[in-house]
Amino acid sequence: MIEFKLPSLGADMEKGTLLEWRVRPGEAVTKGQVVGVVDTTKAAVDVESWQEGIVHELLVEPGATVAVGTTLAVLREPGDTPEQLASARARIAAAAAAAAAPAVAATTERRVSPAARKRAQELGVDIDAVQGAGPQGAVTIADVERGAAAKTPAPADRARALRQTIAMAMARSKREIPHYYLAEEINLASALDWLRRENERRPVTERLLVACLYLKAVALAARKHPAVNGFFLDGQFRPSAAVHLGVAISLRGGGLIAPAIHDVDRLSLAGLMRGMSDLVTRARAGSLRSSEMSDPTLTVTNLGEQSVDSVFGVIYPPQVALVGFGQVRDRPIVVQGEVRPAPTVTASLSADHRASDGHDGALFLATVRELLQHPESL
Amino acid sequence: MSAGATISYREALRQALREAMQRDPRVFLMGEDVGRYGGTYAVSKGLLEEFGPDRVRDTPLSELAFVGAGIGAALGGMRPIVEIMTVNFSLLALDQIINNAATLRHMSGGQFSVPLVIRMATGAGRQLAAQHSHSLEGWYAHIPGLRILAPATIDDARGMLAPALADPDPVLIFEHVQLYNTEGALSDAWQATDIRRARVHRAGRDVSLVTYGGSLGKALLAAERLAGEGIEAEVIDLRVLRPLDAETVFESVRRTHRAVIIDEGWRSGSLSAEVSARIAESIFYSLDAPVLRVCSEEVPVPYPKHLEDAVLPQVPDIVAAVKEIVSGHD
Amino acid sequence: MTEMDADSLRQALFAALRPIAPEATPEEVRGDLPLRDQIDLDSMDFLHFVLALHERLGIDIPESDYPHLTTIEAIVAYLQQRQRGTVPPPAA
Repeated sequence: MIEFKLPSLGADMEKGTLLEWRVRPGEAVTKGQVVGVVDTTKAAVDVESWQEGIVHELLVEPGATVAVGTTLAVLREPGDTPEQLASARARIAAAAAAAAAPAVAATTERRVSPAARKRAQELGVDIDAVQGAGPQGAVTIADVERGAAAKTPAPADRARALRQTIAMAMARSKREIPHYYLAEEINLASALDWLRRENERRPVTERLLVACLYLKAVALAARKHPAVNGFFLDGQFRPSAAVHLGVAISLRGGGLIAPAIHDVDRLSLAGLMRGMSDLVTRARAGSLRSSEMSDPTLTVTNLGEQSVDSVFGVIYPPQVALVGFGQVRDRPIVVQGEVRPAPTVTASLSADHRASDGHDGALFLATVRELLQHPESL
Repeated sequence: MSAGATISYREALRQALREAMQRDPRVFLMGEDVGRYGGTYAVSKGLLEEFGPDRVRDTPLSELAFVGAGIGAALGGMRPIVEIMTVNFSLLALDQIINNAATLRHMSGGQFSVPLVIRMATGAGRQLAAQHSHSLEGWYAHIPGLRILAPATIDDARGMLAPALADPDPVLIFEHVQLYNTEGALSDAWQATDIRRARVHRAGRDVSLVTYGGSLGKALLAAERLAGEGIEAEVIDLRVLRPLDAETVFESVRRTHRAVIIDEGWRSGSLSAEVSARIAESIFYSLDAPVLRVCSEEVPVPYPKHLEDAVLPQVPDIVAAVKEIVSGHD
Repeated sequence: MTEMDADSLRQALFAALRPIAPEATPEEVRGDLPLRDQIDLDSMDFLHFVLALHERLGIDIPESDYPHLTTIEAIVAYLQQRQRGTVPPPAA
């Protein structure tokens, strides 16, 4: 018997709303199959099962918001007896009831006075974004008017929720993580040459972007320098053997998400390109998978398209580093005593000083630089 | 009788009685000890000598009988003023008041009216123990067909009787026992006393204190104390407990967005409950905080002074209630 | 495949753009100004756009021709030439 639980789809996720089931009772579930769609504050995510079984019972109705770890469904395995299933069912129900009781007390009811609600409507203030400073933390007219004075915008729910999520994660990052920053200008002449030649012989469907080379180089460098790859959890750094690169993707409605491409160090460039292309498309369509949301070990952001020279990013907790790439353009470089134009990019590293030192970071960036000099071996 | 002079609440009532009997020969006063003794609270002292035993009549100790006689006299064209010693004893006359006085106009299809005025003392605070300390005006305010007045000021003590007598239907006037000895200047306004409207006694922007009768003074003291802390309380004297002038309350709470009701009656099923419900029903979206009530503890009123004080609404209780709903105030 | 006229090409072009940048409608985008100045297209978006044109029109656009793909009208003109088999001169 398998309890299918709501996975954490990101370190900052506490709960999710089940949007729909993709399976029905009696249906066989295979490993990696999408069994449901869950809305986090960031995106609608396809949640996969990593175990096999027959759907015995769906315990949560679409529309319900439940905490991470809540049992969503029970899968039957060969050999399960009805008695076992029934007793498991009772245990899950008891656990749910026990979880619900303190949750009610913990998630204190939000107090908003009727007059404050009305005033917020008149002023076009988003009442959920207003901090209550009244008796028992209630939102009062005065709070709403303060909020209106601060010109609190009332954007669409999704954009606002995403903004809040980003705000919380970034504020936590800057509060907890002692960042240090390094930057290195990398000559891309050979990489772009190689890329042009590659794309000439590749059909349009298999064309590569320079971002592919960045990701692969970062992944290989991270494998060599594990101090930038992993999580800082419970007061200690836990390096990750796998390299799952989070790819920062800006959304057209505003905000960004950074879902993972798995095992980038082991993917071919073509495979990586397919993964990236697919990820961007799905991220923007709002259909990401649970495994992509939950476990990037290192994030890469490419702001070069917006013509900035370099980016010093904020680390996404509990990760310990973020690699940024700026704009590629011809810049003067010195080769053997001569100034020459060459296409270059500034690669930067924001790293958590609790997990690594500047020396580690410098070695990592140097490795990225060296790898990008030999694109054919990526 | 002139405005400006300092007189007692008792004296103001007496002036009103005297004037009423001087103006209208149909007016007479009856009740226990109102004549030779001058009234239990000495309100009618001297009136027997002035108006004679036909118009100032001592009655037997039977509330049922003399209230009934008052109703009969009113039906017969007189304008009786019946004094019941205290609200506690009015319970003996409940049948006459509620089943007869309040209903006859309606049961006769408008053919009869009962232009009767019943005065009685109400309230606690004089160490008279449980049986003599009730505040039951809220009960009477439940009854259609009655008008219930609660004069809390010298002006109202002086001014309410005449319009009450002019009312073609029964009017009950509740005089809080703690008020008889209070003194104050009579203003010019008493001559135009309106027994349909509540009155704003003190203007304020932060909270509305809604009260009446013996609690008005406490509310005003609380408002004074709150003003020292930067909280401006508006104080409303309901004055007319039935029919309630809710609009005056609404108008105030729409501005202050907060209300505390102070009522010496017990909380459950009280007048304060009615006021609170009306606010919630009609101006819910003006509220910026829950409506709070300061009422008597729900026990029979005790005799010992310290316990009696503890049971009744007091100024610090009002101040505390206000602070509970006015926070973050700068 | 029969040759498409400029209007049909323009329609196909906007249809290719729609899933990538829903805000890019014929009403919003001027045909005579560079596309990437008017809507936020990164290199991945642009690649998806080129792929979509490939799928709809069967025209394979080499990277070296990207400089031709500036304005809507320039892209239409380029696609017409590609349909006729006349390769336009390389962009400056």
